[in-house]
Amino acid sequence: MAPAAIFLALFLVWPAVRALLIAFQSASGDFTGANFAAVFHEPDFTLAVRNTFLVLVIVIPVEVTIALVMAVLAQQRLRGNGVFLYFWTLPLAVSDLAAGLIWLSVLTGHGYLNSLLQDLHLIRHPVGFLDYNNLAGLVVSVVVAETWRSISLVMVIVLSGVQGIPAELGEAAAVLGAGGWQRFRHVTLPLLKPTLQVALILRTTAAFQVFAVVLVLTGSAFPVLATKAESWVYEYHNFQMAAVYAILLLGLSSASTLVYLVTLRTPRPVFQP
Amino acid sequence: MRRREFLIGAALLVLAACGGTPAPPTSTQTETKNAGHVVFQSSQGQPVNEAEGMRSQVLTGFNGTADFASNLTDSEITAKVLAEKQAGRSSFDLIAMTAGVFPTLQANDALEDLTPLVQKLEKDRKFNSKLLEYGKLGTQKQYYIPWIQATYVLVANKKAMQYLPKGADANNLTYDQLVGWGENMQKATGEKKVGLPAAPGSRGGLYHRFLQGYAYPSYTGTEVSGFKSPEAVQMWQMMKRLWAVTNAQSTNYANMQDPLQNGEVWVAWDHQARVKDALNNMGDQFNVYPAPSGPKGLGWMSAVVGVGIPKGAPNRAGAEALIDYLTKSQNQITTGAVLSFFPVIEGVKLSGSGVPAYLAAESVAAEKYNTNKKAVTALLPVGLGAKSDEFNKAYQDSFARILLRNEDVATVLSDEAAQLQKLLNDQKAPCWPPDPASSGPCQIR
Amino acid sequence: MTRPSRMLAYGAAALLTLFMLLPIYLIVLAAFSSRAAIFDYPRPLLPGGVSLDSMSYFLRSYGVVPALGRSLAVGGLTVVLSLLLGCPAGYAIARYTFPGRDLAQLLLVNVRAFPLAVLAIPLLVTFIEWHLYDTVLSVAFVHTAMSLPFTVLLSASVFMRVPVELEEAAMVMGTSKLGAVVRVVLPNSIPGLAAAALFAFVLSWNEVFAAAVLTQQSTTLPAQLVQALSNSPLPFKYAGGLALTLPAFIFIFFMRPFLFNAFRGVAGAR
Repeated sequence: MAPAAIFLALFLVWPAVRALLIAFQSASGDFTGANFAAVFHEPDFTLAVRNTFLVLVIVIPVEVTIALVMAVLAQQRLRGNGVFLYFWTLPLAVSDLAAGLIWLSVLTGHGYLNSLLQDLHLIRHPVGFLDYNNLAGLVVSVVVAETWRSISLVMVIVLSGVQGIPAELGEAAAVLGAGGWQRFRHVTLPLLKPTLQVALILRTTAAFQVFAVVLVLTGSAFPVLATKAESWVYEYHNFQMAAVYAILLLGLSSASTLVYLVTLRTPRPVFQP
Repeated sequence: MRRREFLIGAALLVLAACGGTPAPPTSTQTETKNAGHVVFQSSQGQPVNEAEGMRSQVLTGFNGTADFASNLTDSEITAKVLAEKQAGRSSFDLIAMTAGVFPTLQANDALEDLTPLVQKLEKDRKFNSKLLEYGKLGTQKQYYIPWIQATYVLVANKKAMQYLPKGADANNLTYDQLVGWGENMQKATGEKKVGLPAAPGSRGGLYHRFLQGYAYPSYTGTEVSGFKSPEAVQMWQMMKRLWAVTNAQSTNYANMQDPLQNGEVWVAWDHQARVKDALNNMGDQFNVYPAPSGPKGLGWMSAVVGVGIPKGAPNRAGAEALIDYLTKSQNQITTGAVLSFFPVIEGVKLSGSGVPAYLAAESVAAEKYNTNKKAVTALLPVGLGAKSDEFNKAYQDSFARILLRNEDVATVLSDEAAQLQKLLNDQKAPCWPPDPASSGPCQIR
Repeated sequence: MTRPSRMLAYGAAALLTLFMLLPIYLIVLAAFSSRAAIFDYPRPLLPGGVSLDSMSYFLRSYGVVPALGRSLAVGGLTVVLSLLLGCPAGYAIARYTFPGRDLAQLLLVNVRAFPLAVLAIPLLVTFIEWHLYDTVLSVAFVHTAMSLPFTVLLSASVFMRVPVELEEAAMVMGTSKLGAVVRVVLPNSIPGLAAAALFAFVLSWNEVFAAAVLTQQSTTLPAQLVQALSNSPLPFKYAGGLALTLPAFIFIFFMRPFLFNAFRGVAGAR
């Protein structure tokens, strides 16, 4: 346990603490809360917060739902199950940079989606999904690209959980007259709570940090917390402001984790190894 | 990655404070058979294919090993040279930056005197005299030698020509006519076919140069001192109308060659090097024109890139040999072809078999800037040093606030002018062309 | 399952597969298209002809092949370090109930919550001080730190599936505790540990941020690409995107059987 802990402490915790301290420094190094005030007063701060939550609030339920559907489908032992699963886990290996590029080629004005829609004569002129002033288009684009990029991990976790549910329970419920949907709601879902808890914690934490896909697809038209932090570091070389964003992200992730821990708490099963 | 270099500069400053290394003895030899290893850091030629071209086409004939890198911006190179000056050693032998950044280095005594070299070079070639003069930075000594120059052009897809407003000559447009052109295209196609490289940030498009060197001079006759004048307000009103017919993905365009090639944009303004691919690959589909003019004339920007040798360069003799090599006529043409710039040596003709067709087309359009009687020539900002990025940011922010967020024009201009003035005062930068000369820091009216 | 619902199931599965596969098909299409096809509108959705121009230009570009090599080196180092550090920790979580066990697991998961963009600066300064800047080693360290949580949790779940009784039996036969672990637990865990290794490798392979910040000359492939991306022509971007993803598909192919098993312990059957 110890070596791993030391390693992590060295390379993650200590720099994190250092970075946090920077957030409280002014340019001359004094201790001050002025940076926080500056960030809250930034013109696109509220915009970044709103955008981050917009994406999060849509992506997570969508992903969990689709992941559940995939898990259920996988359990049905359809023909070609293995093939389906391989394809469904493919995006796991795609870097978020590449994912952003792929979806850019699809969603850009003269991209594949518009090409398809025009070929099918569904539209007369290309649709500006990524136009800076098309908020709906931007949100949907980011949601779709992010979902595609990251759903595989959620699916893997959910599927593992579903596979761990003993089949006898479902069969017993069926014998007692429960239909498919009822079995799902009353047997599968409750037993999936620990699984969902892990998946939600991991996915939400990552969702607060959504970055590469947003940057490639929208440039600066759709600021989110992570892109703001990054531009403070690399454009304006102002580490203090960036550190404030980092604290914010840390705080939000921790808060959401706590929420999941409390609401999805399950009593420890008796058979503990 | 460029950004890292700034961090290195800062870190080196810290390390240097703990005891630097002694400066190496400057070489007294001026003629060596093989120039050795020369570290050549440029802020130009960042696109992958351009850097490739520099290495594989331009520098291969050099009698020595030229180590070419183009991953740093002007500000980053400046910061690093200044940091290293304190440490007493330079990691660069030769630096190439936009001309206006050199005054900061010279003010910190970080540049070698190149007067003897220029005298030697002038024996067998003739530099553009104005550009060479700028290189003296107002003194009697030569601190940078002009290397290449470029400007910005309008590129139009031939499909767009039929939508020109009545009576408009594409070689002689006004901004109002450009707006009308965009409106006609939108009515006909349903798409906004004008394009600007409006991606913000140092990784973005060069739309701040459009404002600094084209829009502002054409309407106010100045680049910075007329920033919030009534004429400037007039210019921004025109920009609002232009933006209404500009492709809404422009805020994600860092260069115009991709949108031009895939048809999202039909009429684009950009740096001549950033439309190169479109003209090179699909040259028969595009025409090149000079930019439009405004009430005060044809505002245009001349971007000169100069080369200099930082003090403490490990291989000064090699760097001088490289400058000699780069300013030979044939290499000027090859460099021009690779980087899409124009030569600075007089008499170098950009036509014939050695010159790509697109470069010849661009030089024809650019020549119109030189011959137009109502041309207002603007230079890249001079004397702002490491604050050049902040200067550009003020223009980019004005663009975002007025055109994207629809804020009140007068308020925005007044806010941003205050930022600019503070910058000019801090850097003690006097006005540069086209603004009338000033004795102290440039003042915004 | 009834006939119509079975059809529905197939339909849903097919639709989902289409959604997952289409973008990948498109990037392959784009990377192997001729220039003209890339810029055509409406874009051709079927391959008109294979052109190796973009890919060969990309591969021959300055620094791409060395960067590829470095990515492999960093990935390899990351795997070795992750396993060396993660397995003992995972074993501890699997076998022992110690106070703070749940807290440790919680902390592990949350360690990833800190945005790397900001973490990068103190890390950079640290590495400069240790003379490790611009080395493959520094990137490997950071990647190891990033993948450790997963390695620990994955290996924990793998070890949990090896019955304690086997170890106890071995010890009864006379081996030491360590011997029992090496001779009993490890051989039975190889598939799962292989999955953890591959997971760490993929994470390192795709990681772009830290690699870009911590290196200059010795960049990894993603860092090299990110640098070139905003300034390069579209065909180069597509070729680069494909180059980034292709190797990973091979990894997933080998990883898949172990993935689901590996997460089982974490996800539910505690």
